[in-house]
Parts: sequence; C-alpha cells; structure tokens
Amino acid sequence: MERPLTKNLRSDAPDLAETERVGGYQAARKALREMRPADVIDLVKRSGLRGRGGAGFPTGAKWSFVPMGSDVPHPKYLIANADEMEPGSFKDRLLLEGDPHQLIEGMIVSAYAIEANVGYIFLRWEYRVAAQRLALALRQAYERGYLGRYIMGSGFSFDLHLHVSAGRYMCGEETGLLNSLEGKRAVPRSKPPFPQSSGLWGKPTVVQNVETLCNVPHIVNHGADWFRTLSLSEEGGTKIFGVSGKVRRPGAWELPLGTPCRRILEEHAGGMKDGVRLRAVLPGGASTAFLAEDQLDVKMDFDSVARAGSRLGTGTMIALDDRTCPVGMLANLERFFARESCGWCTPCREGLPWVQRILDSMEEGRGQPGDIETLQRHGRFLGMGLTFCALAPGAVEPLRSALTLFRDDFERHLREKRCPWR
Amino acid sequence: MARVVIDGKSYEVDGRRNLLHACLSLKLDLPYFCWHPAMGSVGACRQCAVKQFKDDRDTAGRLVMACMTPAADGTRISIDDPEAKAFRASVIEWLMLNHPHDCPVCDEGGECHLQDMTVMTGHVVRRNRFPKRTYHNQDLGPFLTHEMNRCIQCYRCVRFYRDYAGGRDFDVFGAHDQVYFGRAEDGVLESEFSGNLVEVCPTGVFTDKTLARHYTRKWDLQWAPSICAHCGLGCNTSVAERGGMLRRVMNRVNPEVNGHFLCDRGRFGYERAQRVTEDPEKEKRTPEDSEKKGLSESSGSSGVKRFSEFSGSLCGLLIGIGSPRASMESNFALQTLVGKDHFYSGLSDLDASLVSLILDILRNGPARAASLQDVENADAVFILGEDVTNTAPRLALSLRQSVRQKALERIGKGGIPLWHDAAVREAMQDEHGPLFIATPYATRLDDVATAVWRAAPDDLARLGLAVAHEIDAEAPAVSGFRMPMNSMADALRDARRPIVVCGTSCGSVPLIQAAANVAWALRRQGRAADLCFTVPECNTMGAALLGGGRLGAAFEAEADTVIILENDLYGRAGAAQVDGFLGRVKHVVVLDHLRTRTTSKAHLVLPAATFAESSGTTVNNEGRAQRFFQVLPSREPVMASWRWISEMLVAAGRTGWASLDEVLAAMGDARIRAAAPPAAGQRIPRRPPRYSGRTAMAAHVSVHEAPPPPDPDSPLAFSMEGFSPEAPPPLTPFFWWPGWNSIQAAHKFADGPSGVRLIEPGQRGAFFREVPAPFTPRRGEWWVVPVHHIFGTEEQSAMAPAIVKRSVEPTLALRPEDASDLGVSTGGAVQCMLDERTYRFRVQLRPELPVGVAGLSLMGATKGVGLPCWMALRRA
Repeated sequence: MERPLTKNLRSDAPDLAETERVGGYQAARKALREMRPADVIDLVKRSGLRGRGGAGFPTGAKWSFVPMGSDVPHPKYLIANADEMEPGSFKDRLLLEGDPHQLIEGMIVSAYAIEANVGYIFLRWEYRVAAQRLALALRQAYERGYLGRYIMGSGFSFDLHLHVSAGRYMCGEETGLLNSLEGKRAVPRSKPPFPQSSGLWGKPTVVQNVETLCNVPHIVNHGADWFRTLSLSEEGGTKIFGVSGKVRRPGAWELPLGTPCRRILEEHAGGMKDGVRLRAVLPGGASTAFLAEDQLDVKMDFDSVARAGSRLGTGTMIALDDRTCPVGMLANLERFFARESCGWCTPCREGLPWVQRILDSMEEGRGQPGDIETLQRHGRFLGMGLTFCALAPGAVEPLRSALTLFRDDFERHLREKRCPWR
Repeated sequence: MARVVIDGKSYEVDGRRNLLHACLSLKLDLPYFCWHPAMGSVGACRQCAVKQFKDDRDTAGRLVMACMTPAADGTRISIDDPEAKAFRASVIEWLMLNHPHDCPVCDEGGECHLQDMTVMTGHVVRRNRFPKRTYHNQDLGPFLTHEMNRCIQCYRCVRFYRDYAGGRDFDVFGAHDQVYFGRAEDGVLESEFSGNLVEVCPTGVFTDKTLARHYTRKWDLQWAPSICAHCGLGCNTSVAERGGMLRRVMNRVNPEVNGHFLCDRGRFGYERAQRVTEDPEKEKRTPEDSEKKGLSESSGSSGVKRFSEFSGSLCGLLIGIGSPRASMESNFALQTLVGKDHFYSGLSDLDASLVSLILDILRNGPARAASLQDVENADAVFILGEDVTNTAPRLALSLRQSVRQKALERIGKGGIPLWHDAAVREAMQDEHGPLFIATPYATRLDDVATAVWRAAPDDLARLGLAVAHEIDAEAPAVSGFRMPMNSMADALRDARRPIVVCGTSCGSVPLIQAAANVAWALRRQGRAADLCFTVPECNTMGAALLGGGRLGAAFEAEADTVIILENDLYGRAGAAQVDGFLGRVKHVVVLDHLRTRTTSKAHLVLPAATFAESSGTTVNNEGRAQRFFQVLPSREPVMASWRWISEMLVAAGRTGWASLDEVLAAMGDARIRAAAPPAAGQRIPRRPPRYSGRTAMAAHVSVHEAPPPPDPDSPLAFSMEGFSPEAPPPLTPFFWWPGWNSIQAAHKFADGPSGVRLIEPGQRGAFFREVPAPFTPRRGEWWVVPVHHIFGTEEQSAMAPAIVKRSVEPTLALRPEDASDLGVSTGGAVQCMLDERTYRFRVQLRPELPVGVAGLSLMGATKGVGLPCWMALRRA
C-alpha cells in the first residue's frame, strides 16, 4: 500500500537536502519545465483529487474558474489553509510538522497551474512547531531558488509567505480566512462572487487545504491514473484518517480513500477500550452527522459517506462510547461552535448559544418540556443556505442526528431531571 | 425591467435591484434589518428570507435571502410561504433573546423598526429562559445616546459610520453573541455625520440626545416638511414640534439632494429656533422700541403703527437691506416695499461679487450646476479652495461616494451586482478617485484624495487655470506655472461625468473663474462636466437671483429709514462702517428672530418668524427652489417677515398679501411657485393619525377644543385630519405607514425628487482670460483666509446648545515656522489691528499652510473682519 503523503514524514522534519534526496521538488521541476499551467490543471482534474478540507470540492474544477491570461487582475493568490481547528482534526498538523517541504512544493506547482505569483500559508496560531519548521523550510526553499523570481530558470515567479492566524475557528473558513488575512474581522463573505474571481484584496484567489496541496506533487510525478489506483473507490488518492475517542490506539493513518469506517476503527485504532462499547461515530470531525454503529461499513469517501447521511469532512472521526453522555458531548461541541461564531449572521450568533444553554441545562437537570422541540427547530433553521456560512449548519449536523439517534437519552434527561451518566 | 412572480402574481420590477428592494418598491411588506436603500445588501440579519422556486413545476422551493438574490427576469418567489414565515419569525425570536423589553422607556419606542418587524412576523411569546447579556453604554458626546443592550447586531451603524461616511473612531468589537458597536473608549464621535446613526439604527441603540431633553413620541409630534437653514445646500428635513416647542429634525428623502442622510449641523442645529419659543421672556419676541420701552408689551399691529409713525412723519427716504438667510418671499416683500432702487441684497460686498460671478457662470456658461446626486455620481472631482466638510458638510458625504464611481464601473462590468455591498467593497478595496483637492489647508476629505495640494488662493486659481489650459489649449495658459499634480488634466479628461467643486469660502474671484475654466474646457472636450459651487447661507443663491444694490452702496445711500431684514450687518462689513451707517440713519428698523449687534442698535425691532414658524422658499447652491413649511403654530406677535412688511404696505395705503401664495403670485416666477403645490385641495395633516391628547392638551385653558390654527400659506393643516397617503414629496410632513412606524416607511412614499431648478446652463463658452500673479508673501504680514467650522461658523446653528458643545474656540492658524518667528506656540496668542480695533487670537499650528498664509476661524466677531485680508500680526 502506497502512502505518498506520509512516506517521508519524520518527527523532526526532513531538511531540504534530505527532501531532495527522496525526490522532493522533482514535481516542481517537471511542472515548471515541461508542462503548461493548463496541463497541470488538466492532470489534476483527471486525477479526481477532491478538496481535503471538508467540502470535497474537485480541485481541478476549482482551479479552472480562475481567470487566466495576461489581461486578468493580478497578482493572483494561492493560499494554503493550515488553520486546522475542526474539533477532532489533527491531520494537517502531521503534514506541516513532519514534511513542510512537501507543502511548499505542492504550492509551487499549484500556484504555477493558476498563474498565481503570491502565496500564503495561513497557519493555526497554536501550531508553534509547524510555524518554526515552515519558516525554516521557506528560508531554505528561497535559498535554493525554489521560491522567488524565475524559479528554477523558468519564467515563473512565486513568493510564499507564512501567516500565523489570530486563532479563531472562523479564520479557517475559506472567506473568513481572506478577511482575516487582509487584517479585517474574520467574518465570512457571501458567494458569489467566489474567491477565484474576487478573493484576497479583491483579486483572483484559490484557497486550498494543506492535505490537498500535498497531493499535487505526487500527481505530477506519477500521473493521474496512478493517483486513481491509490483509492478503493471512484475518488482518487489516499486520505489521512484519524480516530479519537475511547479507542485503544487513537491516531492518524494514511489509507486509501474508500477504506471502510469499521476497518479504520478496528484495525488501525484497535477497537474500543475494554469495558466500553461504541455507540456512534462522527466520521469527519465535529461538524458532521453521527453514523450509528450499524452504518460503520460505509466506505470512507466523499460520496459514500454522504449517501449514509453524513459527510467525510476532514476524515478525522470521533468515537462516541456508551460510557459518555451524548447530550454532554453535544453540549461540549456546541459550546465550541457558539463561542467560535463570528457574530455576523443572526441564526448562528443567537441560535448556537441558545442551543448550548439548553444542552447545558439538560445536563444540569434543569431541562424543560419543549427543549427538544427548540433544539429540533434549530437543527432545521440553522441549515445550509439559511445562515451566512457553513459554520452553523456544520454545528447542527451532530445535533440533528443525535436528536434522532439518541432521542431516548434526551428524554431521560428531561424525565429524570438529571444526567443519567453523572 | 424584469418580470418576477411573487406569491402567484406577476410584477414588473427593476432587474438591477435585489429581490428585497424590488418587493419594497412594490410596496409589499417584507421585513429586513441589515439592508439599507443607500448602503445596499450584506446578508447579515437573515430577516428577509423568502422561498424561491426554480420554475412553475417546483413546489418544494428553497429559502433564500431576498436581499442577496437578484430580481432576475423569471424569478418566482413566495413571501407568504409558511416555512419562510416561520423562519422570519424565528429570526425575530433570536434577535429578541437579548433585546431588553424596555420599549416604554426607550426613545425609539413608537418609531422602532424592530418593533414593526416583530409585529410583522408575528413573534409574540418568549421561549428563551436564559439571562440576557448586558453591555457598557458609552458617552458619545452631545448628539447621541448609546444604549448597547438594545443592539440587534445588524451592522448598519458601523457600515454607515466607517464604510459610507469614512469615520475611523467607531467600530465593531468582539465576536459570537458578544458583539459591541461603539468607540474603543467613551468619547465624542468625530464624524460630522454621526447623527445619521439615529435613523440608520433600526432600534434604540443610537437615539437623538437633543430630542431626549424635550422628549416626545413620534406619534405625538406635529411635523412639517422643511429645508435646512444651516448652509447653502438646502437638505430636505422633517421638523417636529409639540406644545409650541421645536423638538427634533429628521431627514426627508430627496434623491437629488440629501438622499437619506444629513450632517450633524443640520440635524442638531435646530435648538436655537426652539429656545426662542420655549423662553419668550429671555428672547423678547415682541416688538421693541428703543425710544419707548413700553411698546415691548404691545401687540404686533402697534409695532407697525410705530413704524408708520416713523415713515409717515418723515416722508423721507426709505431703504431696505435684504438677507441671504431670509426666504425669497421676505426678501421680495422688502424689495416691493422699498422699491428696487432702494433695495440692497444684504450680502457682504465680497460675497455679492462672488455669488453674482457664480450666477453668471452657471447661467451663461455651458456647465450645469451639479446637484448632490450628480456629485455622488461623478467619476472625477477637482476641489478648488473649498473645505467642504466645514462649508457645505453634506457635500463631503456625497464626494466620499463619488470617489467610488470609477471602481464601481469596473466592478459592475465584472458581474458583481452593485447592491451587493460587501462584495463590491471587497472587490474595490481601497481603490478610489480620482479626487484632487487643492485648498489652503488640510481637509477631512484628504484621506480619499488622489492628490492634495496646499497653496494660497491666487496660486490655487493659477493651478485651476493651468489645468484648464492643459485640457483645452484654447483656455489661457499660465506662464511659469509648474504643475504640482501630474496627470490631473488627464484624469479629468478620462472621466465621463467630472465635477469641479469651488465656492465662496476663499473669497477669491480668480479661483471661481478658474473653476469655471476647468469645467468649460472639459465641456469643450465633450465631457459632461458640471460645476458645484458652495455658498454660505440657505438663501444666498436666492438673494443673488433677486438682485439688489451692494451693501457698500447702502451705507453710502441717502436714507432716513432703513429696514434690515433678518441680517446682522456686523457680520457683513467692518464694525466702524456699520456703526457709522446705523448712527447716521434716523430710523433703524430690524426684522429678526436672532438678537444681534444690529438689533441692539435698532430703533425698532420686529419679531420675525424662524424657519420653523413660517413657510417660504429658499434657493440652494444648485439654484433649486425648495419650500419649507411652518411647523410651530403662529403666535402673536411673531410673524413671517413678509407678513410684517405686508402690514407695512397696508399701513402705507398700498396692497399687501394675505397668504404665501399671494406673495408667490406677485413674485411672478412660475418655477418658484412650482417648488411646492399651492394651498388648495384636501388638507394634508401635519399630525400622525395616532396623535394623542388633542382634546386634552389645552384643557387647562378651556375645555372646549379650539379649532386647528388656520394655515393660509400651505396645503398642510395643523391637525390630524385630512388626506395624506399620496402627498407629493415636497408636502410629505413625515414618513409613516400602517405597520411601518419608523423612518424606514420612506419606501412606501413617492421617491421622486422635489424642488425646481431655476438655473440651467447657457451656451457661452468664452474662457476667463485673466491670470492672477503668483502669490507673494509679505514680511510681517499674512494673507489670512477664513477657516470655516461646521460647528460654529453658521450663525443660527451656532447658538444651539448641542452645537455649542461641539464648537471649538476660534483660533488663528499659523505655520509652525511663522509662529516661532513671532515667538508664540500652540495656545499662545497673537494680536492685530483691524478696522481700528485690536483683535486677539489664540494660535493653532498648522504645518500644511502655504508660506505667507494664515487661517482665522470664521465665527462670531471675525465675520465682520472682511476675510480674506492681509494682517500684520504680533505676539500678544
């Protein structure tokens, strides 16, 4: 089984010489010397690469919306979204800390494809180690001429900057990120216009997840067909899956897309700890709907998980066991989402704190009749399209599914006027 | 146009609008908060959700925000859809989670958009049992009260204050459900347009602090359409009173003039006109005779009797001096009384020559007088000499929008709808201009200027002339002039609707001529260039149109009696000259509502009505005649000046006028008459339908309800009875509609422009050919230009208590080098002899001043100094 993304991962990060020794920057050389930007876009399209940040949008298609040619607004920007703050997700951190040059090379190739001359790595504030390693790697890449003017003797120039975020979940939302990078409040922007036409400082911009960008050099090196064969489903490539919760071996592993959920939980995470039983899984981070125990044979790829009623998201799952109160877990999650709401649109700003307070009061035994209906109403009215961005719809995905899956548990909280797990 | 289907009915709408705007234009009720007609959409509040259907087979549909959805041809939506209604009620429920239930003690109550929208969505029962959040409220200065707990986070305040008006000391802080709108710390809001927050805020976070001192609910106020009397722009306002006291001023939409916004001088400068009626003892609003004190208790007609005694016994020469702050009607009446040959316009001689030059340029030259709307839409602007924020404040707000035009054009072509404010601003970033500002000192618009240049007025004129020459070689060249701002002529030439802004404040004839040359040169190049001249007072343009002799000539004229109309001559000419004149004339009769140095020298003072106590017409800087209407019922002996004069005519055996329409008929200008409909037909009530206490208000005097006071001067009635729904814009006293108690009801009314333009351009294109010599500094002397202050320079507003609190101490601005040569620093004082009087001024350092130039605050005593002029200064 090939693991292109993680094969060179090292706990102390390989330096540039070592990276080059194992084939680093070969893809950049190949793309800049042998391919036209359109060829790269076409290759990535054929590879079937989909965004690894959670939405799963086809990467090549995203790039093809960028206006190309000499008479378009410039500079164009490429941004690596390294503001990994989804509860339960830590996959990008592995890539950033363990192989920073892989991301830089991915950005050079991707920037070349969309003719972007300026790039930013928008990094989560808490990722201090990654920040140090990226800063060093960037310096090395500049010194070796992989970044800057006329890279490797080509006509292509690319300046890449590291920007450490101010530390809010909203900064990781594609357009909130753009505002944050501009020094404004991290509130989202409405789409259309899409960042590809009016993004950072009003210029064409592509924002891409770290893992997505890290795939690009390997596609260039080995081709689209190779990439497709890596997966166990229609969608190409591998995916870093993570598992947290009361499993024996919490962690993250690069596995073929389409690996069944149960196999990840049992073979890689080692199954549940002794004495606890699995009740459900949030398959792709905190803002995806629960999959019940009987749904765990679902293949972990974008379309399959969607068919099962949830989302692949970041592919980093959280396991809920029978010794943990689902209401308490939700209260914890919703506290996070309510706190991280930017305060721009009404439903999210006002709705999520209300949800959180109801869940808290249920946990404290002060739930009241009608609370479940209020939660249900929020599940509906904080849905996609009704709020300004995807934060609140994501926040209510676990809530909505929990109200179905764990309805009895909610009712017990109200009936017994206490949390049965406490 | 686009055809859209709303709840099964087909409508024709403007396809360039969003669905919310389209629905409101159709007078359909759809609740909203964050959208604003002048500020567009951002999609924050989610209140205007409607259900959209793909086609007529789609029955499921999906909820969309109307404000973020284009009113494209073929769009099918439902406002009444149950899910849409439930969602909208839910949005109100969320907004109400933290909103205090303090409506009974809230100044916004009864005109609160949040109340209206809450009722409209049907949300009534509170289901949330958790505590509400509370905030610290800030002291924001004398204009606004801040009550953050009421905030529903629609973001309109910060969008207006920062994005629209360019303010920097107000922002949004915090996140999630702890978002705060205010300043970083307590303190006076710096923006000259802060008062608009009162109307922009959909609830009671920002309320009018001046209103709070004499608070009355909107429904209990009696309103009249008015025209702001505090500068030459003629913004349209609604003024309100109760119990004979003027209570507040609100904006009245005139799309071609002020649109949705006023400046703070216009909004808060009214209180002087209120104090007059509030405290008649202090203000002595009775005829006053310096020879016979007993007369002060007599009624109006005895004042006229005194007057006729004067004139009757004299058979002498009678002259009249008009006023640029009195109505057309009053000026005309005085002109009629004294005869054209004995009527003097009442402007200072310098202003008179400047304004008549402006009039000549606008009437005979090819460039139009620009309205504020024209300015807003200009795609290149050249400001010559004017500090507009202080001379014509609302114009500065329009100019701030004009700098976006060029970028808007590009963005519109790129497919972003222009109502999509957030996207437009993201695409625009800080791209602005072209706006070139050439003034003697820094202005508040410099932050959006493409380039600024500081020079003495003569050099500014040379710049203007040189630019005109560069645009069109036919215009005179300026020899030896080095262009300080490159590409300026190109930028103006590249524009389609360039505008040149100039005015009287520098007191420079060559400057005004230069402005005309630039606009005419652009016209010759086929550009639709307009001119925007600012003038000092609300009827300066009208006074100039009416004509009359120079004030200097009046001072020389043989006269036994002079009638001075609403004018303080000490602000128009040197004190010695005025003293000499008033001392020489046997009988000085002054009609005024202000106590001035002139009234103190008068033999007879007749109490004239303020803008709130009378109806009449003023002509703004654009030459637009607009009618203002009386809101305070008449109270003896106060009368409109033209009525006093009419009684004088009658007393002299001539024919007077019984109503405003009769004066207008006598004036014989059909266009001025057409500024508003005559007093005919069904009366329009000044009072809202919910006006309370009508039968009880005067019960302590008589239990019989008195008939409403008659109003022969307008089609309005001092009553709640009458017919109002389709009142034309010039006659709309207030915006109110069933279910829409707030000023947001404006969209239910006709949105056409009002007022009649009296000046249209001519064909003459001959350039002014005189080129002034370069400004030469003198040793020991400074060319002192007037420095205008939004709060303090204008005579009537300067006395309003809230404005007084914002006024600055008058200073003399010097270059730091000049100050140190004189041995003074900031806060030190200099003195100079002027008009045989020694003046002492506190020094302010302004490094940007050109060499040899100083600036003197134009307020109070400095108005008669005759600025600009040379002054020899020394340390005091």
